[in-house]
Amino acid sequence: MSTYIPHTSTELQEMLNVIGVKTIDELFAEIPNNLRLNKDLDIPCGMSELEMTRELTSLSEINKTVDKNVCFLGGGAYDHIIPAAIDHLLLRGDFFTAYTPYQPEVSQGTLQCIYEYQSLICSLTGMDQTNASLYEGATANVEAIKMAEAQTGRKKVILLDTINPAYRKVIKTINGAQDTEIITLSFEDGVCDVTKLARAIDDKTAAVIVQYPNFFGCLEDIENIAKMAHEAGALCIVCANPIALAILEAPGNLGADIVTGEGQPLGVPLSFGGPYIGFLAAKKALLRKMPGRIVGKTLDIDGKQGFVLTLQAREQHIRREKAGSNICSNQALVALNTTIYMSLMGAEGLKEVALHCFQKAHYMKSELAKIEKLTVPFTSSFFHEMVIKVPNADSVLKRMEEKGIFAGIALEKYYPNLKDCILLAVTEKRTKSEIDDYCKYLGEALK
Amino acid sequence: MTEPLLFELDKKGRRGYALPKLDVPTVDPADHIPTKFLRKQLNMPSLSELETVRHFTRLSRMNHSVDVGFYPLGSCTMKYNPKVNENIARLPGFANIHPHQNANSVQGALKLLKTTEKYLAELTGMDAITLQPAAGAHGELTGLLIIKAYHNKKGNNKKKILIPDSGHGTNPASCTMVGYEVVNIKSDNRGCIDIEDLKANITQDVAGLMITNPNTLGLFDENIGELASLVHSVDGLLYYDGANFNAIMGWTRPGDMGFDVVHLNLHKTFSTPHGGGGPGSGPVGVKAHLKEFLPTPFIIEENNTYSLKNENDDTIGAVLGSLGNFSVIVKALAYMMYNGKEGLKAASAYAVLNANYMMKKLKDTYYVPYDRFCKHEFVISGKTFAKHGVKTLDIAKRLLDFGYHSPTIYFPLIVEEAMMFEPTETESKDTLDGFIDVMEKIAKEAVENSDLLKNAPVTTPVRRLDEATAARKPDINFYRKP
Repeated sequence: MSTYIPHTSTELQEMLNVIGVKTIDELFAEIPNNLRLNKDLDIPCGMSELEMTRELTSLSEINKTVDKNVCFLGGGAYDHIIPAAIDHLLLRGDFFTAYTPYQPEVSQGTLQCIYEYQSLICSLTGMDQTNASLYEGATANVEAIKMAEAQTGRKKVILLDTINPAYRKVIKTINGAQDTEIITLSFEDGVCDVTKLARAIDDKTAAVIVQYPNFFGCLEDIENIAKMAHEAGALCIVCANPIALAILEAPGNLGADIVTGEGQPLGVPLSFGGPYIGFLAAKKALLRKMPGRIVGKTLDIDGKQGFVLTLQAREQHIRREKAGSNICSNQALVALNTTIYMSLMGAEGLKEVALHCFQKAHYMKSELAKIEKLTVPFTSSFFHEMVIKVPNADSVLKRMEEKGIFAGIALEKYYPNLKDCILLAVTEKRTKSEIDDYCKYLGEALK
Repeated sequence: MTEPLLFELDKKGRRGYALPKLDVPTVDPADHIPTKFLRKQLNMPSLSELETVRHFTRLSRMNHSVDVGFYPLGSCTMKYNPKVNENIARLPGFANIHPHQNANSVQGALKLLKTTEKYLAELTGMDAITLQPAAGAHGELTGLLIIKAYHNKKGNNKKKILIPDSGHGTNPASCTMVGYEVVNIKSDNRGCIDIEDLKANITQDVAGLMITNPNTLGLFDENIGELASLVHSVDGLLYYDGANFNAIMGWTRPGDMGFDVVHLNLHKTFSTPHGGGGPGSGPVGVKAHLKEFLPTPFIIEENNTYSLKNENDDTIGAVLGSLGNFSVIVKALAYMMYNGKEGLKAASAYAVLNANYMMKKLKDTYYVPYDRFCKHEFVISGKTFAKHGVKTLDIAKRLLDFGYHSPTIYFPLIVEEAMMFEPTETESKDTLDGFIDVMEKIAKEAVENSDLLKNAPVTTPVRRLDEATAARKPDINFYRKP
């Protein structure tokens, strides 16, 4: 029996006596015999902590990591520097073994952290309010679309196809199942084709969704797109990279009604895709349409400052089938992770991270431009991610991986017309010599 | 004890982290980005590393947690979160891999996911599992999308999902999200589904029945076989909400009971930490006839090599931007490996033992509306104290003064002044006895000096909070005061 069960055999006997049964089996008596599992589970026997650790460690060592290789992969998850202090704080049992702050008097730690998270996200996005966080980037957009539909009473949304294809797929699955009409617009020179957008927006449009910077790293003119949306009575949802927002103007100041995004860049480990954190911030008028938990500041009966879950009348446990969303939890520990990150970095540090990303990416672009047979298909301004085109991209990526470089994402599987195109990201963690090596090996691979 | 807000600790010029020196030629963003897109102002506090560490450490001490004390929150399964699992999830080979890496560079991760799928399929008696859903409610949504896809493909004209009145709030909310109408089914006097009411509602437009078993009263519905036949007779599907799976692991399986779709909460039954409200993980299992509808990508195993299959004709699509909450899944697999088949079965056995022991002991002082063996949790009612002006809320608050977390209160909705206790198997008899003593003491206080309850808590970092003002004038963002 596992050591996680503390009962001694004497205690077991005493407890059975109190209950008035002879064996634990009797407590399962009402399960009809034909439904009982009258065999052993086909799962191996238990093992010691040491054996389990050894087995899983060997399994982990089969994976190639971003530490032993050099990572230029982006596309929604980025290899940023993570300050050491974060994990030490996250590993405090008081944080990670607590649950939803249902009893606020003994959950002030979690609640205040969420209030701080909310304030920081609002500041970063330039919005009035946010919730306590959502699962991750893709589902944050799903919720934003539902908000826009509820607010406008319309069921059509316009997605630019410069939005992360993984997000678009999730939107199609979940919003599509709720009869949302989804229009996807193709790009021009890596960004929104404004003529097509003007034709697509009409008085049935609930929202236009744009990514900032977009999936290709290019900067969309969100101010103009928001203006076009508003003229038709639609909302503008901007899906933003939180690190980029340290040097890019806040979407809230450029006309966005809802700002969503993936919070992973704010100090969250890559962990093969999760857990990450979706943020969703909105203008004041949308407060009652916002899904998920929200923490508010208040006073206790002695007049002391404290925090509570608030505006719960919107949520599923009160409204059941009439709730706007089925969201029950948030990503509290990951929200804490990003809050500690922002606290350590501060405004200056965050700006510096963004500037280093920007400068290293621009250095890399100028070095790549020297490589023969390599072209850069898009001319728009970019932040830290860019698209390059090389002959036989798949085999080039394979050769680069043999050199220990994760050189980028082949785009053809998402965009059939972008054959041989590669999306690559440069974070502050990359060094000049890593960038130079990339260019050197790529040049060799193309010879 | 009040901790200043981060923003009140701000001192411009302080830094909590230093980046390596920039080693490439600098370029000015203003030369590359149109002015209107350049940030003018960013408000964010500046703290040193030590100040940051102290701030969050002090805040952590204002939380109750499993590591600090008993947390009998019903339907939440607040069991011990093994420390070693945190180490495993942080192994560089798991924490430092990128979701866009080629399948050949993440064979260990894919094998881990496939192994988890196999174990969960075996535990639930299902044929295939997706690990994509990020939480229980997200699993419900996924399961219902699968049910809808099944009916759509068959051309079934289905409109309704039946849900017992004891169901979790997420159940009806998830149904609405996929466009199903919810029909509430009554409970009978044994706390189980009222078969007659179910029969009366079984019509051709029923898409399915969504239940937990044991239900939120902690009671096992022994009529489950008949319920399944009734729903299947109109080609409806049975959905198993796995929030209460910790009651039956290794004893019976949803697949054997007749369920077609199951979700599990890895953060409950499989010991992954709740993290203050997340992240969780809500895998979904289905029977063979629904396998084609699972979200993509699928993990394919061939000759001990793993790959991803991205497309499939009948798939509902994708419900998450990645393969799932990977590091949560790592912890759940570590838990299953450590416990093994006998340990998992024992976990449910002792969870049920602890709940029955507590219920039996509390029955002398508190009203137990359904007096029969429970599974992993049970519900009592605080209504007998109404004559002393005491509510369930007051009992819950008084428990905080004794260093315990309260049970789940006012749920399920079908029990007046409900208190729902789930002790879990990792709590010792000593802990339960200490808690039972306090519950008896509180019952006595309620009669003799009810003010102790009405004024509680008094020993906590803050006392009862003004929730009405918080909702009326929401202060939810430091930078925009109401």
